Amino acid sequence: MRIELTMSRLLRFGVLLSAAVVLLGGVLYLLQHGRAAEDYHLFSGERYGLRSIISAALRLDPRGIIGMGLVFLIATPVARVLFALISFLRERDKNFVWITMIVLAVLLYGFLGGKV
Amino acid sequence: MTQLDFALITGAGAVLAGFLGSLTGLGGGVVITPMLTILFGVDIRYAIGASLITVIATSSGAAAAYVKEGFTNIRVGMFLEVATTIGALIGAALAGVFAPSVIAVIFGLVLIYSAIVSVHPPKEVVDGTPADPWANTLRLNNNYPTPQGTRNYTVHQVGAGFGLMSFAGVLSGLLGIGSGALKVVAMDRVMRLPFKVSTTTSNFMIGVTAAASAGVYLHRGYIDPAIAFPIMLGTLAGALIGSRTLAKLQNQTLRIVFAIVIFFLAAQMMYRGITGNI
Repeated sequence: MRIELTMSRLLRFGVLLSAAVVLLGGVLYLLQHGRAAEDYHLFSGERYGLRSIISAALRLDPRGIIGMGLVFLIATPVARVLFALISFLRERDKNFVWITMIVLAVLLYGFLGGKV
Repeated sequence: MTQLDFALITGAGAVLAGFLGSLTGLGGGVVITPMLTILFGVDIRYAIGASLITVIATSSGAAAAYVKEGFTNIRVGMFLEVATTIGALIGAALAGVFAPSVIAVIFGLVLIYSAIVSVHPPKEVVDGTPADPWANTLRLNNNYPTPQGTRNYTVHQVGAGFGLMSFAGVLSGLLGIGSGALKVVAMDRVMRLPFKVSTTTSNFMIGVTAAASAGVYLHRGYIDPAIAFPIMLGTLAGALIGSRTLAKLQNQTLRIVFAIVIFFLAAQMMYRGITGNI
């Protein structure tokens, strides 16, 4: 039961942390751009990789701060899988160590911008 | 419309979506994309990006509660996540290839299916037949708490479940949804898991599946921060209020009303997709 409790706390913490960062970025964004017109009818396809989010956040660009919050959110389930991996390693469950590593590999591939 | 107006109105809509979603168990994600595309004319790619973020947020928040209760089968979840995450990458790849109108039509069909499953949940089929040999090898069989004490259950048709989960993953990556309905059906009907185990394990898996394609969405620019932030915060707030409300899950009237709304939205999506008006 203990691993489940830790996972539960981890998930909750991840969501709260990301929500706080997103809220901060959102408020800053509206303070800066609140009066600008919105135009999301056209898709601009502005690429938004991990590196550009981090550099934007460091510049205190509100979009970058929101982006960081979203990255934390996406990282939360990934962290959960990592936790499960540690738990299976402790149990010496070879099958599930492999299974979990495959899932982690797929997640990291997508996260780090692998081409699909 | 100014950015501020957009954020406030979409945020309010998201609160409602999150609230209804948590009450009916359908999740706010299914309503977000139609709301953004139909009501606000947002390009469908931005809409599915925002929807996917919502899916991760609400499912992680909900999973936190369910895992504690001891129903979630982490082994089954992790094993099936191999299928769903690979499927999600394939789905995300397809999202980059399919025309928006095609995505809209598929979305409408899946929406209708989810609405039907929500009103007619699958009947629990717990029998005494022997487990799938794979279930034994991987130690997937488990037990869950009932008022009468712990009850054992076995897992069946692992291969078929795996296949269905891949499909659920593809849908998740293509449409920016959680595919919770399909996951529950696969685990409940095909793999014969008890209902509460299916729903909690499905919830457990949804976040991971969504995270797999979220990275791809980010890099392609589907997730616009200005759109994502009011939607994510609104849905979380709505879901939080919904989880504290007393009028809960078994309210069939509420589900039917929600299903009707969803049918309408699905029809709109499909109509616009077919006429190329999305």
